This record gives sequence, structure tokens and C-alpha cells, in this order.
Amino acid sequence: MSVQQVDQGRLQSPFYPRYKALDRLDTWHTWKGYTSADALFDGELEYFAIRNSCAVFDLTPMTKYRITGPDSLDYIDRLVTRDMRKIAAGRVAYAVWCNDQGQVIDDGTIFHLRDGEYRLCSQERHLAWLTAAAIGFNVTIKEETADIAALAVQGPTSYSVMKNLGLKGIENMKPFGLMHFDFQGSEIMVSRTGFTGDLGYELWLEPGKALDLWDALFEAGKLHGITAMGTHALEQARIEAGYLAAYEEFLPADETIRTGRSRSPFELGLDWLVDFKKPNFNGRRALAEEKLNGSTWRLVKLDIEGNKPAHHSYVYAKPRKNKKEIGFITSAAWSPICKQNIALGSVRMPHGKVGDSVWVEVYYQREMHWSKVMAEAKVVDKPFWFPPRRGATPPGPY
Amino acid sequence: MKTYDAIVIGSGHNGLTNAAFLAKAGLDVLCVEKNDYIGGASVSRNLHKDWIYSNCSYVCSLLRPEIFRSLELHRHGLQITPYGGSTTFLENGDYYGSYWDAEVSYRERARFSKHDADAYNRYSTDTMRQCRFIRDFLLRTPPDPTSFKPKDIRELILLGRKFMDMGEDRMYETIRFWTMSVAEYLDEYFETDVIKTALSGSGIIGTALGIHSPGTAYVLLHHYMGEVDGNAGAWGFARGGMGAVAKSIAGAFQGYGGELRTDAGVEKIVVKNGKVKGVALTSGEEIDARVVVSNMDVKRTFINCMDESDLDPEFYHRVKNFKSRGSSGKLNIALNGLPTFPALPKGSSLMFSDMHFIDSMERMERAYDDWKDGTWSKDPYVDMLIPTLVDPTMAPPGKHFMSCFVQYCPPQIEGRRWKDEEREAFGKTVIDQIAKHSPDFKSLIEHVEIRTPQDIEDQIGITEGNIFHGELTMDQLLFNRPVPGYAQYRAPVAGLYMCGSSTHPGGGVMAAPGANAAREILFDLNRHNTVPENFGDD
Repeated sequence: MSVQQVDQGRLQSPFYPRYKALDRLDTWHTWKGYTSADALFDGELEYFAIRNSCAVFDLTPMTKYRITGPDSLDYIDRLVTRDMRKIAAGRVAYAVWCNDQGQVIDDGTIFHLRDGEYRLCSQERHLAWLTAAAIGFNVTIKEETADIAALAVQGPTSYSVMKNLGLKGIENMKPFGLMHFDFQGSEIMVSRTGFTGDLGYELWLEPGKALDLWDALFEAGKLHGITAMGTHALEQARIEAGYLAAYEEFLPADETIRTGRSRSPFELGLDWLVDFKKPNFNGRRALAEEKLNGSTWRLVKLDIEGNKPAHHSYVYAKPRKNKKEIGFITSAAWSPICKQNIALGSVRMPHGKVGDSVWVEVYYQREMHWSKVMAEAKVVDKPFWFPPRRGATPPGPY
Repeated sequence: MKTYDAIVIGSGHNGLTNAAFLAKAGLDVLCVEKNDYIGGASVSRNLHKDWIYSNCSYVCSLLRPEIFRSLELHRHGLQITPYGGSTTFLENGDYYGSYWDAEVSYRERARFSKHDADAYNRYSTDTMRQCRFIRDFLLRTPPDPTSFKPKDIRELILLGRKFMDMGEDRMYETIRFWTMSVAEYLDEYFETDVIKTALSGSGIIGTALGIHSPGTAYVLLHHYMGEVDGNAGAWGFARGGMGAVAKSIAGAFQGYGGELRTDAGVEKIVVKNGKVKGVALTSGEEIDARVVVSNMDVKRTFINCMDESDLDPEFYHRVKNFKSRGSSGKLNIALNGLPTFPALPKGSSLMFSDMHFIDSMERMERAYDDWKDGTWSKDPYVDMLIPTLVDPTMAPPGKHFMSCFVQYCPPQIEGRRWKDEEREAFGKTVIDQIAKHSPDFKSLIEHVEIRTPQDIEDQIGITEGNIFHGELTMDQLLFNRPVPGYAQYRAPVAGLYMCGSSTHPGGGVMAAPGANAAREILFDLNRHNTVPENFGDD
């Protein structure tokens, strides 16, 4: 018999040749086995393309599943905590799903492609869990990560670029909408979604057409400041948008070794995603109990005084005497767009109510020497960055 | 009749910043503006079809991030996007570029001189050391060295301590630095004429001095001490033009309940019994206020808008002798397409940089000679940028806005007002200079706005059109700005304050004078301070 050896190096997305051609910095990391650029020419300028013009990110490596079959809606509704019956075909929903103990396994986006046909995109791989949770449902779940190439097109001019690409009717697409278009004889799905908190779209299609799409997109965006970006830029925008990242704000419950290191949706500020009015869903009983008895942790968005990012900091209830350690920072950044020192963190209840002040111990280095400062931080409830253009339909030209 | 807690005269970024912090503290504040648009020199205007110009100031770096954050300017639409690099075109067809990427810059400098490529690090470190010294004082009121008030003594000790902190050798260096010329300063590091030329531009922008004039090293520092998100010395564009700066601060001001009136020029600041009473508008209307704050430059405030009899003769005399000499012009150009610069390789990132068209220290100094002769430079130092390569909002897609700052341009021609044909000839000088390096440039021009210092004075009101509201020379800095004894934003009339760039720390769209003045006013009124402290770097 012929023995096959699996790929030993990093995989390449179908967009790799275009990324490589633009790459000046030669700094890459691995994302689910694919090679993915940290930055191509300058992480900061790439970030500003998201906020000022239009930045393109290759999200092909994101884990994707296709869910079909007569019971697909019932299955998905049972899987996640939010009411999926409200998500009509042509709409996208952000969702979390939990284990029996009500602990978050992952979050992701669910695209209702056509009646009864769904795509689920997640941060981690979950086919085993998705299959296990399908008991009693007539559904097919197929992993399709490598079968779908995807690009995020994000920023104020992204709508102009979509229009130039010839996508008729795109002006009517609302946030979290999706539509199918013809692209050079094959189908392209476009959704008004993204991970940047700005106006933006995501484009999904078969890998064979990937390079044609890239070229058409960059031609359409030529006069609109279109720029390819790497992960550094996206991560910066992600924190400003207040979005969660797996292994930063939470650990997938089925991958935590130590007790108490996982989080429930309530502990991640996702109360709005848990709907007790809908039929049974995974983790319902445990979550109902938690709702009654209270949670242990709370996710906080922090606006920290000063300009020194609070990477890896402890959070305290008080600045001095008996300063009680109440939690820690999970993601931190200086926000260039808000000129704010922002962070996401996990603190123990009952601390960290919106409007509360907490204290963050920030360490920083200047010319070899380290210093620390106790910085006051306000707990805020809104995303740090939420420009009006993000919600506008039709969006403006920029 | 209503009496306001405070009236701010002028809606430049400093006037608005001042007004916003006063309103934030709960005061009932009115800001009056003579023009039918706001912004003073932070202004974006639509003068031709779908183009928007940054008519006066054109880039942003010094705007204090503390103020941005405190007034939440992003919620009012302000976005600062950095741009990178600098280009100097050589007469021989070559070019010298400075890039956003430090290693690329090193290689480029080494193309001219390996020595200079290495020397740049030492130059940069020494300059940053001076920046670090001055930066901490931008959001502080200068101490009065003759006063024995605890606050002044505290501030003097701080100043002294920061100075001592530099160490003995560097204290000598600092004193030299503050008084030397930019040419001498650069001679200490570099051997290549074009590298020195490229760096010397920052030493003369906005000032009626030449590269060999004492004091210009400090002006260079003034352009380096800014930052964009911690990148010291970096510059950025305000999305939508510099008017976005004023608009966003106005948004914050109105959000705090402040009132803004345009078409409301002030004829006189009304004083009664040695105390300010309010303002009289050119329309004849009088408005009362307990406090009046002037965003106008110090000369316009005291000489044009007050009765001499309300002021002390010595103070009046000092204001009269305050140096506020206009030396800069501006061309704003609407382009039908992107001009090409054959010297640059195709796709070069230097297209995004600021561009200059004179390549020797000799030519820099000659440009100044023309100004001394009472005319514009026939071979000027132009700081040219195409903001629309970054900003999609200022021109239709594929079209461009080009901003050309021009040094030197006098406030008057041979002591009299500019004639129209002279203004046109001045514009032609600049266009011809650029066209030498860009053959298709002239054919792309759709519309040009030409601004001389006289136009700046006529439209914006700044005396002689001096972009900094007064020279940034040692005799007019820190506790001597605008005049000795009056550096703490208080005028010699009770209830009257100054908040424009004639006060510490000077011009450059920092908004620091406005904020510092607000802090002093709130202190005098015994109100809660709303003005943020310096972030500090240590």
C-alpha cells in the first residue's frame, strides 16, 4: 500500500502568493497550521488603514463548518445559547456555545446561508463536540476550512470598494446581513461582518477563484486606499472593538486543565446572548443556576489613566493599604484612534460594575530600567470604538 | 441682560480648548468667532468643487494626547492618521529620502555618507533628550522666577531639577542648544550637505530666521517634540483636514453646554474700573462676562482690541515690541490626478512623504535673504504633501489635494500691501519649482489657493500672519512668553486672560496654551480643575 505523509511545514492559504508579493518584513506566525503574516510593511500603518481607508485580511485559516439537513435549525438552536429562530436566512449571528456545566467552549459567527443551511465559524476546532451534540438530530456537519477561501475587507472605504467590485444591492445590506453574488461564473458570499468594530465586509468563495478575487478587489480599491494587513493590526482593532479572543479573554472549556479557569457566558459579559425563553440548549440548567446564585468572574472593559499599556497587569480594588487583588488584565493596548489606554480584564464579582473605579498595576520599561505605576481605571460598558458608519445603511462612501 | 461666566474671543483650537475645559467645569461659556466658519488656523474649507483644503495648518503632531483624550475628541469625529517619511529632490536628478522604517532610512543615508548614517543615532538621541526636557512643561504654566508664591517656587524647583537631571555635560549642551543655529547644530553631527539641508527645514518653518540665525535649533526641537501614539517626532493628518481638529473640540465644547457664535467679531474688550466687563462686537452689540479670554495673538488683543488707556505703558510697549513677523505662505492645490516624480522609483513609499525641492544649505540661506529684502523667496523652501494619498475624504477618488507650505514669504512687499499680480507671481514661483521635478504637475492643476501672510492676517486675524502667534526665540519663550511677568495667562486687567499661541508653549496646533489658560482661570475662580496633567514618559 502507499503510505501518505502529511504536510510537515506550514500550510499556505490560496491568497499566500499575493501576501508574499507585498511582504517586506518577513515576519509570520502559524494560525491553525497556516502561515499568517504578523505585518506586511508596518503593523501600525496597516492598523490605520482599517480606521482610515480599507484593509484586507486573509481569514481562510479560520475554522469553518457547514451544517445542513432537515433539523439544522433545531440543532443549532440547541447548540448555542441565543435564540437562533430569530436569525432568518441571509443573516449572521454572533453566538457562544457551552458544555453541560454552562462553561464556554467557544464563540463564533453563524451564517444562515440559505433556508436550513448554515456555516459556523469558530476560533477553535470542534468537530468532535459538534458531532457529539448532534445526537437526536438529522443533520450533516462538515468541516470545510480548506474548502472556503475568505477575506475580510474592513474600514470606512470598504463600502465604496464593494460597490466598485460590482456587488449590486450591497447598499441595502445591514450589519450582520449576508448576500450571494456571481463572481466570474462562480458564487461569492459577502457578509457585513468583521473583527474590527468598523464598517466592513467578509468575502467567502471557493479557493480556486481566490487570486482572481484578490486581484479584482485590489483593482476596485485602487483609488480607495486598499491595503493588505497582518494580524498585529487586526489585534489592535479587535481590542478597541471590545471583542473576545480565545486564549486571551477565555479558554475553551474543553481545553482547560485546572478547575476554575473556564468562563460562563455571564462571566464574559455575554448575558445578552443567553436566552432562557427558548427551548432547551446546552448548558441551560447550569446557566440558570448561575443566574440565580451569581457568577464568580466578570469581564471588564477598562479605560485606564495615563498612556502606558497595562499588559499582564494585576487589577486591585484599592490603590494602597489593603489593596486587594481582584483580577487581571487579559488584553491591553494604547488605542491610537481613541487616544485612550484601554484593556479587557477578568475581575472577581462583585467588583467591576460599570462606572466603578479599579486600580491597575502597570509595569513599564524605559532605557533598560523598569518602573511601575498604580493607575486608576474606569469600568466602561460600550466598545471603545463604535463609529456611526459601522451601523449606517446604506453606508457613506468613506 | 445676561452675564456669561466667560467669553472666549476666537474659535481657533486654543480658544475652543479653553472654552471646552471651562464649560466642562460647569461655567456658562460663550465663544465668539469673527468669521462665518470656525477653526482659526485649524480650518478645512471647501473652495473648489468637491475638494476640501487644510487651508492653513496642514499636519498634526503636537496636539496634546492628554487633551484629545480628556475631551474625547474621537467621539466628535477627530481621527489622526500618521504619515511617514521625507524627500528632498536634488538638482542633479537624484533624491534623498527618509523613510518610516529606520533601517531603510539608514541604508538611504549611507548611500550619501556612511558617517552620516551612523551619526544620525547620536543626533536623534541628543535631540530626543532635549525633547524629553521640554515636553514635561508643555501642559504646565511657566513659573514666574521673580515671584515667591509657593506654586511658583514649586514649579521653579521642578524646572531646576529636570535641568540638573541631565547631568553636567548635558547642561552645558542644553544651554548651547537653546541658543544656537540649526546649521551649527547639524554641523556637529553631519558632513553631507543634502542631509543637513533636509533636517534643517524644521528649524525655520514658521520663523523669520535663517538656518544660520541663533535660536533656530530650538525651532527644530519644536517640530520634533510631538508624537503620534508614542512615536516621538512623528506627524499625522487629521482626517478631513485640520478643520476636524477645531470641529471636534467645538463638538466637545457644545457637548458640555457651551455656546458658539460665528459672524461675531470683537471690536473692543470692554474694561470698567480696571476690571474686564465684557466685549463689544463689531455689530455694536455688547456682551457681558465676568471673565474674557482672548485666543487672538497678543498684539491683536492689546493693541487692536483694547483702549491704550486701560493698559500700563510699559506692558503696552513690550507687547508692541513682541516679535510676530510673518514669514510663511501657503499654496493649496486641487489636482486632477496624481503627479509623477520621475526621480522616485515606481511605487516608492516616499510618495506619501513630505517633499522638498531645495538641496543645499546655501540655497536655504539665500531663501531667507529674499525675505530680508522684503520679497518672497525666489527659490523657496517648500514643505509639500499630498494628504489625499492617505485621507479618502478630501478629494474625489483619484483626485488629489496638495498642500504646499512655503518659507519665506513676507507679510508686506517692500513695506506695503501685496498686489494681486505679486500674489500670482509668488504662486508661480512655487509651482515652477515643483514642476521642475514633476513634468506633469502643471497640467493636473484644477484650482489654486494662494495665501500670503497678509491673507492670513486678513482672514484669520493673526498679526503679520505669523503661524506661531509670535517668534519662538529664547527671549519669547517659557516665562518670557508673551512678555516677562505675564506668562501665566493673566493679562494686566482683572478678569482678562490670554489663551492663544502667543503664550507658553507656543504655536503648532498643540492646544496646550488653551488648556493651560483654562487651568489658571479655574484656579482663580476657585473651580474644580478639568485640565488633564501631562502623561509623562518616566
